[in-house]
Amino acid sequence: MKHVKTLNTQTLTNTMKKGGCGECQTSCQSACKTSCTVGNQTCEQKK
Amino acid sequence: MIHQYRNNGYNIVLDVNSGAVHVVDELCYDVIAHLAAGEEPDEAALDRPETLEGLLAALKDRYKEEEIREALEDVKELTREGRLFTRDVFEPMIDQVKQRKTVVKALCLHIAHDCNLACKYCFAEEGEYHGRRALMSYEVGKKALDFLIVSSGNRRNLEVDFFGGEPLMNWQVVKDLVAYGREQEKIHNKHFRFTVTTNGVLLNDEIQDFINKEMDNVVLSLDGRKEINDNMRPFRNGKGSYDLIVPKFQKLADSRNQERYYVRGTFTRNNLDFSNDVLHFADLGFKQMSIEPVVGDESDPYAIREEDIPKICEEYDRLAKIMIEREKEGKGFNFFHFMIDLEGGPCVSKRLSGCGSGTEYLAVTPWGDLYPCHQFVGQEEFLMGNVDEGITRPEIADEFRGCSVYSKDKCRDCFAKFYCSGGCMANAYNFHGTIHEAYDIGCEMQRKRVECAIMMKAALADASDER
Repeated sequence: MKHVKTLNTQTLTNTMKKGGCGECQTSCQSACKTSCTVGNQTCEQKK
Repeated sequence: MIHQYRNNGYNIVLDVNSGAVHVVDELCYDVIAHLAAGEEPDEAALDRPETLEGLLAALKDRYKEEEIREALEDVKELTREGRLFTRDVFEPMIDQVKQRKTVVKALCLHIAHDCNLACKYCFAEEGEYHGRRALMSYEVGKKALDFLIVSSGNRRNLEVDFFGGEPLMNWQVVKDLVAYGREQEKIHNKHFRFTVTTNGVLLNDEIQDFINKEMDNVVLSLDGRKEINDNMRPFRNGKGSYDLIVPKFQKLADSRNQERYYVRGTFTRNNLDFSNDVLHFADLGFKQMSIEPVVGDESDPYAIREEDIPKICEEYDRLAKIMIEREKEGKGFNFFHFMIDLEGGPCVSKRLSGCGSGTEYLAVTPWGDLYPCHQFVGQEEFLMGNVDEGITRPEIADEFRGCSVYSKDKCRDCFAKFYCSGGCMANAYNFHGTIHEAYDIGCEMQRKRVECAIMMKAALADASDER
């Protein structure tokens, strides 16, 4: 594409198929403790 | 739903519902903005002749017709692929996600309601959480771990954070509980991930070795520059803590190969130039860091106010730009709030379920009482049960479970909803008296951080292309 550069191939919709295993880290256990930062957590299946 | 913004010379389009991120040229940015005005188009609408006609009429003074046609074809392709103007298919799932049976998988153990510092902004009120000083006994801690194992269903990875107050003031119990956990995990086919949050005052070689052997992550509390840290994080006698703590933290971070830790600070309205504190951490040699906005009552002189937001946003912009340069120079570091994984981030189910407080994540007081999270400890209306009887007030868990980005009006139309997952419920409660709200100042900052984090990905992808 001439006018667009897309940074990612994975989409949220794709994660509906698998996902939801719940093995990933709880967000407040990482560093925050005072804010909610779910989006920067890592998927346990992709480690 | 899309979100368009310009930052550091990049034109960025975030397709909220797919999570796709596009860096586009000026023309395409304007084409998408024009198409998105009013109701966002679907594939059929993009194919209609009047769509092209409308675009040409609006943009032909600035761009050539042929280029506008080309850009529209790019937009159509992205839309066909489900990467632009994607519809929200998650909302119908929300009841299913929120009503599913949850298990408890993480505990925040308040191992010591006592502290050897007297930080002015402490939500734990110098460790005491609106109550008395107390240390958790080994017996209570054991029951907490047993409760976690029993309540965790098929979940294998269990997280236990030793928190306070200052957990190193009750270190023997921490060590004993880790030993107990290691013994129990074999019996029950579980895996404990222990973490500890400490101010470092009592840190020594023996404790460091134990942390490195047993703790998946360690959070080291420090606010940045000496004068900033010592103003807010003094000892009880008023003396600053920086000189004692920094060398210990540097040694610990090095001993962990600069991994699996965060040096974590709090910024207040006393240091709205907090990017300098982040850079100070980097200059001290730290590679993993976080500096977060203070949580406090609006009446506190150090609390963040609405009027501070523009300055805070400038700071995030400045920090993002400097971090890109440092990365290019091979001197990069991680800033927790700019971490974003566009490819391997959490699944949508996780993003819809939020932080898990009150359901998957609970806090345990030194007496064994259970609360939805560490920030609710001491607020009796949120007392959920105890380690002897388990959850005795399941209606509290139900209320937390029912809270999502779709139950809050402010979240519904926010582009950052799948990154913060509705935000911190304790913050919402503190500012609005209900968890079904959003802490507006926090939302402003969160949106800015997401924008900066995405821009950094664009800039670093560029740098990588250049190499």
